[in-house]
Amino acid sequence: MPPAAVRALSLAGLLALWIAAAWATGDPQILPMPQALLAPWWAEIVSGDLVYHLWRTLVRVVWAFALAMSLGLALGLAMGLFPRFDRWFDPWLVVFLNLPALVLIVLCYLWIGLNETAAIAAVTLNKIPNVTIVIREGARALDPDLKAMAQVFRMSRRTYLRHVILPQLAPFIAAAARSGLAVIWKIVLVVEFLGRSNGVGFQIHLYFQLFDVTHVLIYALSFIAVMLAIEWTILQPWERRARRWRTA
Amino acid sequence: MDDPATLGTPGAALADGMISVEVIEKAFHGIPVLRDVRFAVAPGETVALLGPSGVGKTTLLRLIAGIDRDFRGRITRLERMAMVFQEPVLLDWRPARANLALVHPELRPEALAAALERVGLADKADLYPGQLSLGQRRRLSLARAFAGRPQLLLMDEPFASLDAATAGAMMDLTAALIAETRPATLFVTHVPAEADRLATRILTLGGSPATLQPQEGDTT
Repeated sequence: MPPAAVRALSLAGLLALWIAAAWATGDPQILPMPQALLAPWWAEIVSGDLVYHLWRTLVRVVWAFALAMSLGLALGLAMGLFPRFDRWFDPWLVVFLNLPALVLIVLCYLWIGLNETAAIAAVTLNKIPNVTIVIREGARALDPDLKAMAQVFRMSRRTYLRHVILPQLAPFIAAAARSGLAVIWKIVLVVEFLGRSNGVGFQIHLYFQLFDVTHVLIYALSFIAVMLAIEWTILQPWERRARRWRTA
Repeated sequence: MDDPATLGTPGAALADGMISVEVIEKAFHGIPVLRDVRFAVAPGETVALLGPSGVGKTTLLRLIAGIDRDFRGRITRLERMAMVFQEPVLLDWRPARANLALVHPELRPEALAAALERVGLADKADLYPGQLSLGQRRRLSLARAFAGRPQLLLMDEPFASLDAATAGAMMDLTAALIAETRPATLFVTHVPAEADRLATRILTLGGSPATLQPQEGDTT
């Protein structure tokens, strides 16, 4: 069976499970049928609310993702390449890795204030340790022969980083980005839930208080759709390009 | 320990373009592997460094290349250096042409094409190393070494793990390229026939810790 068909069938199965569960529950207040979402979903689109809140969340996700990836990449590289630096900062990494997301979010809001900076900082700080750990593994596995080659031929640092180190790290960067994006948007929602007045997390907070399962599902599913679109239009094509040499 | 400033730091090239090697001692974890290795290589000279496997030939070559700087002694190197490693050591994620261009950014496209042409890879410029045979990857590695017109060429078992015919063709190509570029060449091998075929002078490394073995024609 072609992979696309498997994917479609698998999603249809999930939908069937939902319908069965909704039928068994028999109460649209608790779990509405999928088709019952269509009319209110359309209303949210037409009013512009859905697009506005999706956009606000997306901006936060993009900011936190870019910051966490670049800082985590730099930190992971430094820790992987310089064992002394690694020995000194590894305990910090373990502390931050085990700090609950909620604690970091609350502390950021308390220290920085209930603003956008605090929200993005909280998400970024939550994600940096994971990226760092993945990239550190990659930096430890760099090929010493290529390093020697670059040294003998006096390759410039810039070229070495761009054409020797980063391509070797590509699978690790892809893994960090993959897990990163999924985790980041979930933390962004918590951040919005706790201290922002827009975004998907804020809307879910609102509809939670109204006990409106339909709208909670609409917002959650819409953002999942956005993330799938990013996965298929940006992440996967980039990965295919970076892997081209393996399949050539 | 000597004055730290002399520890493996590249000194200025000698006036006549010689490289001089003086390794008083090289140790790994306190166990000396090389002791009192002294010799010089003149431009245009091809010196073979012969010795059994594991004696420390590659270690010595890495000291001379400046890859390993942890030793006692002094080595003067030349400005333009090139090395052919045991494995081709290519950037597998960049096409053949880029493998040359990234190492030699000063080369113009025509010069890159000529360098590939010279080793018979003119039509392979856009292929990734993984699409080339081992012999072709070795030749790409040779092209990379010679493209910068090196003053000092170091080769570490460049013909190992090739079948006899390919190794013979590689040796002919290497000899021709050396004759064109005339660098000071030092190459490591454990096969006396390779040394006889390419070298103008043969040094033998032996003993533990290894040192140069006296032999006929040795001018050091």
